[in-house]
Amino acid sequence: MHIVVCIKQVPDSAQIRVHPVTNTIMRQGVPTIINPYDLFALEEALRLRDKHGGEVTVLTMGPPMAEDSLRKALTFGADRAVLLTDRFFAGSDTLATSYALAAAIAKIGEVFGKPEIVFTGKQTIDGDTAQVGPGIAKRQNLLQLTYVSKIAKVDLAGGKIEVERRAEGGIQVLETKLPVLITMLEGTNDMRRGSMADALRAARAEVVVWSAKDAGIEDLLKCGLRGSPTVVKRVFAPSPRAEKARQIMIEPTALETADKLIEDIFGTLPALETELVELHQTL
Amino acid sequence: MSAAPTTPAPAAGRAGMKKELPEHFKAYKGVWVFMEMERGVVHPVSFELLGEGRKLADQLGVELAGCILGPAGEGMNHAVVETFAYGADLCYVMEDPLLTDYRNEPYSKGLTDLVNTYKPEILLLGATTLGRSVATTLLTGLTADCTELAVDADKSLAATRPTFGGSLLCTIYTLNFRPQMATIRPRVMSMPERQDKPVGKVVTHPLNMVEDDIVTKILNFIADRQTGKVNLAYADVVVAGGLGLGAVENMQLVKNLAKALGAEYGCSRPIVQKGWMPAERQIGQTGKTIRPKLYIAAGISGAIQHRVGVEGADMIVAINTDKNAPIFDFAHVGVVTDAVRFLPALTEAFTRRLSPHNRDRLAG
Repeated sequence: MHIVVCIKQVPDSAQIRVHPVTNTIMRQGVPTIINPYDLFALEEALRLRDKHGGEVTVLTMGPPMAEDSLRKALTFGADRAVLLTDRFFAGSDTLATSYALAAAIAKIGEVFGKPEIVFTGKQTIDGDTAQVGPGIAKRQNLLQLTYVSKIAKVDLAGGKIEVERRAEGGIQVLETKLPVLITMLEGTNDMRRGSMADALRAARAEVVVWSAKDAGIEDLLKCGLRGSPTVVKRVFAPSPRAEKARQIMIEPTALETADKLIEDIFGTLPALETELVELHQTL
Repeated sequence: MSAAPTTPAPAAGRAGMKKELPEHFKAYKGVWVFMEMERGVVHPVSFELLGEGRKLADQLGVELAGCILGPAGEGMNHAVVETFAYGADLCYVMEDPLLTDYRNEPYSKGLTDLVNTYKPEILLLGATTLGRSVATTLLTGLTADCTELAVDADKSLAATRPTFGGSLLCTIYTLNFRPQMATIRPRVMSMPERQDKPVGKVVTHPLNMVEDDIVTKILNFIADRQTGKVNLAYADVVVAGGLGLGAVENMQLVKNLAKALGAEYGCSRPIVQKGWMPAERQIGQTGKTIRPKLYIAAGISGAIQHRVGVEGADMIVAINTDKNAPIFDFAHVGVVTDAVRFLPALTEAFTRRLSPHNRDRLAG
């Protein structure tokens, strides 16, 4: 089977700092990583390939340096990497991104074989929109299964797939037909380390680099800034809270000081004490 | 941050882009809230959104509508009554048994038909697994996980959300596309007051689909009630632990205090990354947003990404050895001490205080 996994190179948000005086982002030297949510999608794809045979193609859209994240995916064991890069894509929001990726996936289908499954992570850590995966499905007219927590069964011959999907009140067990787009929930698997053989192969591998034209994208008005209905107008720092916490310095093991804190809490929230005492009766 | 707070400048209208709204989009009027109903129950986030939607509709001088998809029956009737009680002027209702459970195909068609027929200018959805999945179908682009919504001078929606890992905020506009859409996470907005109100205008619209049109089938549904899934977002009291607790076995101290209080427990992001607690327990911008009456944070430094997830708490008590930890900038009461040693004492003190014989003291 052929599986396409869409990944994104993102800044490691844990390492982003804001300049204390100018309130601007200090981008210099912030390392980039593969969007952590995408790794669950990649691992799931690799497992399916190992079980059913076939190939995994990783796809990303971004600046030329996004090739790093593709190479990383190859070291985990992906078979092929495609980088979609073009100045026309600059400034893309989720709608423009899903348009370009959908076109690239169609092209991948023509060149390397039609994928049975397209995977994405549930969202990215820098955008958090969770719109690109479903957007690709919509553009490609693919069925979509979002927030999948488990792939229960793949029946390639019958063209069917059974999954568990996280819904608000529980888990849905769903069956649908292939091809399908799946957005994978976090915590569903542990990313493999990748073998030495994969690392060597990744170092030598050719990453397929496509421009908008290469990917068969005709309508450049749907790409990049021009194809993006949402516009970021202002970026600003959150205002600090006016008053600071009342600090209590205490002996950590003294019960009286714990009592003092509780007095303070229930002094502020008297109704809560009544509720908690009532709750205690029923426990 | 010592610099003066950079609050947003007044909006210049249409984001100052000098772009006229295309003529055919001017027909879009009114504010809608997608009332998320799954298995006969409306998600509380929908009522929180009605509160926000009411403010936007009043500023724009338009009507606020709830848009409900689901099967006919008691659940639907109740949803309609509650939608009016929480501030809607009218309801758009699509009743069909095919809408009992969320499946993308019928929900996409249903919402698309409603929006294309009745044309709202703004559509708000909960940032839930359902809301985020169905929102994409309209292909208009949207602003996700907003923390603030406003209407600018030209009546465009200005949607503000955290960016760059929550260290900054940004305001986003949807130009030249309608409806303008935003998703908001549960508990980010406060619950508006409920007022008994007669049911007003209800517009019904058919789904026009049969089961055979739908490829995806539901084989089973395993409710969280059976599996004891956490409900952090809606807990009244939450106790959370951070890296300051130092070791995985100290997570138990957090659980013990939570148990004594009948509370939920959670943690900061590094704890999940270390594998000391599961991801569903994470509190913060990339985890759950909570809005409890009481929040006790033990050994959490209070990075901005944690702060945005807990700011809605009525009272925040922080326990940390570092008196300069950022958490003391937004906590109400700070205890500068070692949480590992203090938590057992606090647990014991709470247990004593809440024990049954204290009930008489309270009653008296």
